[in-house]
Amino acid sequence: MLEILGKTNIDFMGKRRWAFLFSGIMVVLGIVAVVQISRGSADLGIDFSGGTAVQLKFDQAIRIDEARKALEANGLGNAELQEFGQENKILIRLKASTTIEEKVAERVVAVFTKEFPANHFVVDSSTEIGPTIGQKLQQDALIAILVSFAGIILYVAARFELRFGIAAALATFHDVLAVLGAFYLLDKEITLLVVTALLTLAGYSMTDTVVVFDRIRENLRMRRRDSEETIINNAINQVLSRTIVTSLTVVLVLIPLTLAGGEVLHDFSLALLWGVIFGTYSSVFVASPLLLLWPGASVRLLQRS
Amino acid sequence: MKKVGGRLTLLVVVVVVSVIFFIPSYQPFYQALPGWLKKVMPNKGITLGLDLQGGIHLVMEVDEDRAVEIAVDRSVVSLQDLLVDKKIPVESVTRTGRTQVTIQFQNAELKAQIQKMIDDYPTFLETESAGSANRLVWELREIEVKRIKDSAINQALETIRNRIDQFGVAEPMVQRQGLKQIVVQLPGVKEPKRARDLIKETALLEFKMLDEDNQLKLDLPARIPKDKEAEILKQAEAKLPEGDQILFERGVDKDSGREYRIPYLVKKRVMLTGDVLSDARVSIGQFNDPYVSIEFDAKGGREFERITGDNVKKRMAVVLDNTIYSAPVIQDRITGGRAQITGTFSMQEANDLAIVLRAGALPAPLKIIQDLTVGPSLGKDSIEKGVQATLFAGAMVAVFMIVYYRMSGVIADFALVLNLLCLIGALSALSATLTLPGIAGIVLTIGMGVDSNVLIFERIREELRLGKAVRLAVDGGYEKALLTIVDSHVTTLITGVALFLFGTGPIKGFAVTLCLGIGINLFTALIGTKVIFDLLNQRHKVGQLSI
Repeated sequence: MLEILGKTNIDFMGKRRWAFLFSGIMVVLGIVAVVQISRGSADLGIDFSGGTAVQLKFDQAIRIDEARKALEANGLGNAELQEFGQENKILIRLKASTTIEEKVAERVVAVFTKEFPANHFVVDSSTEIGPTIGQKLQQDALIAILVSFAGIILYVAARFELRFGIAAALATFHDVLAVLGAFYLLDKEITLLVVTALLTLAGYSMTDTVVVFDRIRENLRMRRRDSEETIINNAINQVLSRTIVTSLTVVLVLIPLTLAGGEVLHDFSLALLWGVIFGTYSSVFVASPLLLLWPGASVRLLQRS
Repeated sequence: MKKVGGRLTLLVVVVVVSVIFFIPSYQPFYQALPGWLKKVMPNKGITLGLDLQGGIHLVMEVDEDRAVEIAVDRSVVSLQDLLVDKKIPVESVTRTGRTQVTIQFQNAELKAQIQKMIDDYPTFLETESAGSANRLVWELREIEVKRIKDSAINQALETIRNRIDQFGVAEPMVQRQGLKQIVVQLPGVKEPKRARDLIKETALLEFKMLDEDNQLKLDLPARIPKDKEAEILKQAEAKLPEGDQILFERGVDKDSGREYRIPYLVKKRVMLTGDVLSDARVSIGQFNDPYVSIEFDAKGGREFERITGDNVKKRMAVVLDNTIYSAPVIQDRITGGRAQITGTFSMQEANDLAIVLRAGALPAPLKIIQDLTVGPSLGKDSIEKGVQATLFAGAMVAVFMIVYYRMSGVIADFALVLNLLCLIGALSALSATLTLPGIAGIVLTIGMGVDSNVLIFERIREELRLGKAVRLAVDGGYEKALLTIVDSHVTTLITGVALFLFGTGPIKGFAVTLCLGIGINLFTALIGTKVIFDLLNQRHKVGQLSI
């Protein structure tokens, strides 16, 4: 039997103060990100804010500052540019202030045709989204998140106990906020795909938490004498090798996707990768200790029937 | 240990069905099949989303209010005609606001007469409060407004469908979304701009008479540069005769290649519209210049004959979407129901014009509110990279599982392949569209499938450590992992369903693969691999498990 870990006996609960401190910081960061997004000062993708994005693929290398100058000279100074190094691709984004009727994408293409006549290019993709659609998407995403959270809390509460449901939901929320915070710090664009990734990682983190909780519940039924803290510690130690093996396999899937999945999948995979790391951490260091914070927890964790 | 037979049959059936549905998605193999087999097999594989094969995705909104205005405008014109016919002298008939028709007249005695006449228009309701001795006001009924709005979007859908059919796109999608939105997807379109213009053009063809008597008084310049239209309109505004408007003809200077405009004073009254067309095709003129010849239906032909007969030696403008294409002098009464639209356009423009004329006009202008265009190269790029990365990731996981769990790892890898096969088979069977987020969903499913096996194997190892016999350890491991696996899958399923119900577009695609994947996972993890373990045990009475 090849084992990454043998039988472990780590006192996870004893370290909960450090965990809470770390998680507190991540959550605050996440909340800052949410506030910034709602104020419109975070880098919200055009799928949400509305606007235009055009990606061009040139035959020869193009200097990004020259591209910017060309756009400025033609009244498109508010464009954001991003290049994809080796492949001579640039992405030009213009936020909502412009309406779709102005045919911004066509204007951008016209500018490059005029200013760089020697450097032939093809339009890889162009996206124009009216502001109303963006708002609807934002709303839809928010509703989807709230509904899935409510559903999960209900399910976990029904299968375990209300406290487990709330702890699991809080831990999951923590993960989503932490990744959002990390994306905000890295000044990454929050696109529809990133939001999909956030929801996926919510599902993943929830799974991870449920596995640990399941073991806690099982142990509670069998060993009635031990203290709550010991039982939780034991449960985590018992599932630790599964937790690590699973996380490792998912990370194995995500690393190639992040590095070589192409520019469209890159941010998506990156968000998931962060999510797996936080999700694994949170099921051990956030969700489980939260169970102990419940009033009366030291006396009774589950009706030990 | 339960009997294996039933479960084994189920497993085999699932694999066979999945393979049958999977095959059309892998074209090289499908094409190699003998003809008779192809006939009994499902013939549609997975459709690739626009992000994977390139194309355009448009969301448009019909300007409903404008549709109502246009309908009221038409009533105004026919009222004017009616009043002329009945020789009732009125000062003006105009649309006021969006839905009102106001008739002004000098002679108060005419009021009853006009009122009686309007009774023929049951769609309008008299607004007495707004009227006076010399004025009558009618309002379009609420229910009629609703009907117009509703039919506007249906008509727009129909028209767009017709146009796209004639444009020639493989597997286009035109759908209504919500109350007033239209979604158009054109996969693999090579000329996105042309397709977009073709869809969006209102293509309202009108025949209007020039007001030649007043044109001279207005002192309009013969030719103006492009972009100066607004100036001319402003200058002429004060002197514009009642019931007239200025429209421009587009032209290109042969020597300099510069575009110019010719302003014309045109009577607002519409003599005939494009509804009465029965056909439109491209022809080539004597100087090799393309033009569009149109054919009227029987009613339109008669009408056209009457109009041309009444207006011999006068000039008639052919107007498309408020741009004059030509303004020829009517030489003689035109019989036979044919006419030509000439103008300065290229062969392709003439072709597209013929298409939109055949397909009919849109009831109101469309507003594009979302436009995604993916070039074919990016799509190809994404799919190649995505598939490569996924395969590589899958291989790494497979190797890891074998290294870590040995023989049992091979069983887990079998489950992995089974998962992928079933998932793609199911997606093909549902003729779902695979998008990039969909691929991401598949990747997540792989992860979850592996997780289920890890959970089970770790449990079996625990049982083995307790010194249990292999058979009991396997049964115990599955049994104990069962609840955990169900719980973790259901929680993810809840997320998936929420995303499916409330998400839009790409998120929905992701949710579909996720939900399907979860179901399939449960099957492969709880039945698929267990059957194999049981089979091994039955046949060989394994003393030691390679795990």
